Order: sequence, then structure tokens, then C-alpha cells
Amino acid sequence: MSAPRQKDPDVLEVQLLLDALYHRFGYDFRRYAPASLRRRVHQACVHLKCATISELQGRLLHESEILDQLLGFLTVQVSEMFRDPAYYRALRERVLPHLATFPTVKVWVAGCSSGEELYSLAILFREEGLFDRTVFYATDINPHALAKAEAGIYPLDQIRLFTENHRGSGAAGSLSDYYSAGYGVASFDKALRSRVVFSDHSLATDEVFAEVHLVSCRNVLIYFERALQDRALRLFRDALPHNGFLGLGSRESLRFSPESAAFEDFDRENRIYRRRGS
Amino acid sequence: VSIDAPRPCWVVMGGSAGSVAALEKLLPGLRPELAVALVLHIPPRRASQLAAVLGAMGPLPAKEVDDKEPFRPGAIYVAPPDYHLLVEPDLMFSLSTEAPELFSRPSINILFETAARALGPGVAAVVLSGANADGARGAAEVRARGGRVFVQAPTTAEYATMPQAVLSACPDAVVLPPERLAVALNALLDAV
Repeated sequence: MSAPRQKDPDVLEVQLLLDALYHRFGYDFRRYAPASLRRRVHQACVHLKCATISELQGRLLHESEILDQLLGFLTVQVSEMFRDPAYYRALRERVLPHLATFPTVKVWVAGCSSGEELYSLAILFREEGLFDRTVFYATDINPHALAKAEAGIYPLDQIRLFTENHRGSGAAGSLSDYYSAGYGVASFDKALRSRVVFSDHSLATDEVFAEVHLVSCRNVLIYFERALQDRALRLFRDALPHNGFLGLGSRESLRFSPESAAFEDFDRENRIYRRRGS
Repeated sequence: VSIDAPRPCWVVMGGSAGSVAALEKLLPGLRPELAVALVLHIPPRRASQLAAVLGAMGPLPAKEVDDKEPFRPGAIYVAPPDYHLLVEPDLMFSLSTEAPELFSRPSINILFETAARALGPGVAAVVLSGANADGARGAAEVRARGGRVFVQAPTTAEYATMPQAVLSACPDAVVLPPERLAVALNALLDAV
């Protein structure tokens, strides 16, 4: 006879913390991929000076002001503009010509975090002459990340990488046309967010809010378990009309999801998919 | 009467400067039923051909990992450039763009630590040539959870810093030249 199944105490601690976060505040991390989430929970414990995850849970329930800090750790905010230039080049050369046939275009940047992907797309659309008839929905669960996205201010020491990436995306102009530099930061042109709707939206708990022509959601699904990935992909499927486009991160794939049947490869190398007719 | 299936053995391997030369000696000797996850520190923009090069060295095919790909015997799973590679408890890989660790993304420590947690005594960690200390902390975690640790003999490594750091963290690690590491890893498949 074997002993009753017992959970590793620190597996249980993470689970209880996530339950507390969900039931107290409605943020649902319960179906995030556990290996990387656990690392971020530990980082939060160290930063917030909690000896155990249980202590962090107690503080979360009794000092709700630490919620913002905890969210900052649990959501990943490391990004760069025009990350994987080939993706943006493929959008520029192959996807935007399709979108240009519509009188108005809607784009959903799902899990936009601090906005690097959003500004990359806004610049791309401006360069290709589509910006003025496009609406961008930029959504995230982290209000601080959304505020950063809305501010559009990035450390100047990243601009060299962003500039190199931008050039690799096939841009004719210069990235410096879109920001002003000073005091160690680059502030991106306010006009770039004139057509952006910033909004709190969770791929884990919210529903579709609009029909869009392009969903760009890069390196967000990697933090989810498969079941949650499937939920997010279902939202994208429902948001996209026949022939709508879905762009994922360079190592994200539909091939492990039942939702793959709703899409076809459009650019396999760059992980751009197209919604099939139903 | 049933014959015992080979004990599952999950190899996690890391290396940096000088490790491709070691892999050229190690990979040809591996048995094709091994499961290998590999982190190499390679500049992101030069890494795209890595899987093809490694696969051509020996019997195991090599592939750059896609997110949530299952970790199965019969292949070398290579961390994609600019992503951390993690092993999830349900034996799938996940990827992460979190900040570099010890200036490295992918990080050997992160692969080793998550594999140790997911697989416990089923893990064999291997550290090859390299010029920094990535891998030492992860190897200690593998050891603490009952897995085995192997290092390339520092005298055979182009850069001995990485193997030495692992030996400091895990004094009982098995130390072998690359060709013999292959033999030792194959033997794990037969251990019951």
C-alpha cells in the first residue's frame, strides 16, 4: 500500500497564493506554466522580504497595496521593439497589402505589456500608409504595464537595438523620426497612440470585445499552460473573421492546440496564421 | 515474465565557449534512445543553424524547441536563441523571455533547476567547456534532488571555468573527457 498522495509543500504554497490572488482580486494565474511562474513567485518573495510563499500570501490578503508589486513580478515585462525583425518584415510585405484593401482596419495587440510591440506596429502601419485608418486595441492585465505603454518612454540605452531591429524590418526611414531623446530616455511621438485604445483585458478570464483583422500576440502564450493557451487561441479565433491574421512569437505554435483546425499557415517561418472560413 | 523497460533518463546539458568542440566528440557516441535538452550560449543572430549542425554530429536528431513541445526520448532539444528553456512538471518544455541570468539567455541554471524539480532522480546534468559560471547553481539543485551530475574534465576543456565552477558546487560530480561522457550517459539507460 502506498501512502496517500501528498503534494510537495512548496507546490501547494504556490497554488494557495494563486488561489488567494484570484479569489481576493480576480487575477487568474492558476493556469500559467508552473516552472517559470514559480521562479517569478520566488523573485517576488525575495524582493518583498517574505521568508516563505505563505508569508507572501498572508501579506497579500492583509496589505492589498502589495498587489501592484506582486503583479509586476508575475507578469513578464521584458520586451524590445521590432523583436525578430523578420516578423515585422513579413507583416510589412505580405500582410499589410491585404489589410490595405479594407476601408478601416482593426488590430489587437493582446498582452501588450509595456508597449514595445504596439509601437512597433504603429510605426509599421504609419510607414505603410495605413495608420490613419487603423484602430489598435492594446490590452493587458497589468495596469502599471498599460500605463508604461501609454507613456511610450523607453531607456535610451535600448534604442540602438531597437534601431537595428527596425532597420531589419525593411523600413525605409529612421526610427529616430518617431521619438525625441533626452535625460537618458526616448519618448515616442504622442501621435503614435492617437489611434490606440488601451484597455484592461485578461486572456484568462475575459471574452472577445471586437472583431479585428489582425491579432498580434508575441511571447505571451509561452507563459501559459496548454489549456490556457487554448482558451486564448479560442478568443483570437472568435475575434478574427475569415482570412483574418494571427501573429505569434517566433517559437510559439498552433500545432499542439485543437484550435489549429481553425487556422492555416500563412507564413510558417514567422508564425503568421490565417483564419479559415467556417 | 516481463522485461523491465529502460529506466527513463533525461539528460540536460549546457556549455559555452569551447563546447561545440566537446559536442563533436560527445554526440557521435550517444545512443539514439536518449532524451537530451541543451543550452549553449551562442550570440542570438548566429544561432539559427545550430540544430542542423548538432544533429549532423551524431545519431540523435536535433531540433530547436517550440514552446510546449513534449520532452521525449530520441532527440536533442536545443534552446532557441534569446529564450530561456524550462522543463515543466508535465514533461513539456516552456520558453521564457525573462531577463538574462548571469548575462545569459538561454540560461543553463534555469534549464537545470526546472529539470531537477520536474524529474528529480531521473535527471543527468552535463556541463561542458565554458568561460563563465552558469550551470553551477543548477547542477547543485540537480544533485540535491537526487539526479546525477557530470562534467567535462577541465583538462580537456578549451575553457575550464564552467566545469571548475560545477566541481566547486558539486564535488562528487563525475569528471570525464567528452568521449567517455557519452559512454557514461548511455550506461544510465541500462541502470535499473
